[in-house]
Amino acid sequence: MFDFLVRRAAISGVTLFVISMVVFTGVRMIPGDPARVMAGTDADAAGIEAIREKYGLGDPIPIQYLRWVGLALRGDLGHSIRTRESVVNTVATKLPITMELAFLSLLIAVGIAIPAGVLAAVRRNTVWDMLASGASLGGVSIPNFWLGLMLILFFSVQLGWLPASGFVSIWESPLDNLRRMIMPAFVLGTALAAVLMRQTRNSMIEVMSADYIRTAYSKGLAGRAVVFRHAIRNSLIPVVTILGLQMGALMSGAVVTEQIFVVPGFGRLIVESVFTRDYPLVQGVVLITASSYVLINLLVDLSYSLLNPRIRIGGTLRES
Amino acid sequence: MSPSTTATTAVLAQTLSREPDRLARAWRQARRRPASVVGAVIVLLFVVAAIAAPWIAGADPMQTDWKLIRKAPSLAHPFGTDDLGRDTFARVVWGSRISMQAGVFSILLAIAVGVPLGLVAGFYRGAIDQAIMRLTDAWLAFPFLILAIGLVTIMGPSLTNATIAIGLGATPTYIRLTRGLVLSTAAEDYVQGARALGAGDLRLMSRHVLPNIVSSLMVQATISIPIAIIAEAVLSFLGLGVQPPAPSWGTMLNTAQQFLDSAPWMAWWPGIAIFSLALSFNLAGDGLRDLLDPRDY
Repeated sequence: MFDFLVRRAAISGVTLFVISMVVFTGVRMIPGDPARVMAGTDADAAGIEAIREKYGLGDPIPIQYLRWVGLALRGDLGHSIRTRESVVNTVATKLPITMELAFLSLLIAVGIAIPAGVLAAVRRNTVWDMLASGASLGGVSIPNFWLGLMLILFFSVQLGWLPASGFVSIWESPLDNLRRMIMPAFVLGTALAAVLMRQTRNSMIEVMSADYIRTAYSKGLAGRAVVFRHAIRNSLIPVVTILGLQMGALMSGAVVTEQIFVVPGFGRLIVESVFTRDYPLVQGVVLITASSYVLINLLVDLSYSLLNPRIRIGGTLRES
Repeated sequence: MSPSTTATTAVLAQTLSREPDRLARAWRQARRRPASVVGAVIVLLFVVAAIAAPWIAGADPMQTDWKLIRKAPSLAHPFGTDDLGRDTFARVVWGSRISMQAGVFSILLAIAVGVPLGLVAGFYRGAIDQAIMRLTDAWLAFPFLILAIGLVTIMGPSLTNATIAIGLGATPTYIRLTRGLVLSTAAEDYVQGARALGAGDLRLMSRHVLPNIVSSLMVQATISIPIAIIAEAVLSFLGLGVQPPAPSWGTMLNTAQQFLDSAPWMAWWPGIAIFSLALSFNLAGDGLRDLLDPRDY
């Protein structure tokens, strides 16, 4: 178990290192001169030079990289060019909004996908299975930004039931917050549900054909008891992994969904920082996104090894 | 006739008869999965629309007309007109060309980059494998869309750059998939046998390993192409892909967003086009998977 932990953590460490290099060089490849952007439009050559000097933008790239990593490790990702606020603070105000959105969509996704997936597997090759599989295929194929537009068209423009955009903090008014979050959460949640349902169905089918399930049946247990007490628990293990891997997709989805519903969250921050060429912000936000993906998947792998003791002995889980 | 020639003739006859067998099996499979056949047909229709756009569209997709601004669908303009009086039907038809281009070429790029890397990693193992896989891990840690947005920002927004960005975003999937497949294939007896007969690495990879993993790669391609098509639409929607006035489904939806209350049809058709193309690809892909995956026989 300890070996597995160390090995898995070491791999994540290497990945994080590569990520930091990619982010740093990537941002430097964006056309445009950061010093010029920072100095503002009406700065003269001397002003730009002063900025370059102040932030060490004239230093060799490896030196700049080391300085950035050093500060980043101490929790300092610099300041936004546009708002002058620290990147960490900016993220700290935006992230909870996206986390609420992600949490709601996760609830919707799990609420739809697991019952539907189990039903499709248990009633395999029936109308239920076809309906569930068809819905899943539709969910994978529908562009979520279009689904968002259609929801606005129907519920906001035609029926006038829900506000199309805007944001109210959950602390201000939980009800108004929910009224504005429900459509984006539904858009994100259904996309995730489509993937999860498929995974749940497949893994449930596999488990249902296992020997111990046959044993459970043959000792006279009712179908319901077998499914609920024996099958579901085991079939959910791979679903947890998929959930971890889907965090990236959820983040991509949040970028578009927040754009459409004008939710001032992390996803919108990414697009804004890219469009305004806010270099420190882009750098910090992308680094945080990629690192959290690595950490979430590390946690998923570890929790997986807790759920399924066989993996600890085997060494690595996803042989990579 | 000696016994050995009889045996040879028998083997030959069997080989020759295998082709029709395969066709018959494909036909049986197709009849068992009508949805996949419908999907494949719709994909083909979109391909035809993309190729024959100038003849099918009927109107010039760029022709603006201030007398026809945001007109609801009618006989002359079955999908209505947009905010500049352009015919939405013509723009949707021409849009299929852009979507197909972005979807197919980006995945071809992902395959061209990802498969050789995965092949080398899986075949040689060791340090080179570790290096490639750590790079892939880092690559995968950037959410697909965020990676694509970043690359387009670096390269500048255009159809070509969006296609490259989407292709590079999809590449790590192909590295991982290929590597996994190579690991299991390279251990097979026939590969070991060929090696014992003196086949070089290049020959082993190209003649013995690659042909055996092609079908899995094809199945993956049918899964990734619809994702790539949607990604192009998203990038164009965000203003990072095809630039106006070119008729891309994503840019059309971007414009449509401003007129949801006055001209909702502007938002219907491009979205329906993306949805039906992606769905058809997925349906056809499901069928192909059943056809190519021997486990399901």
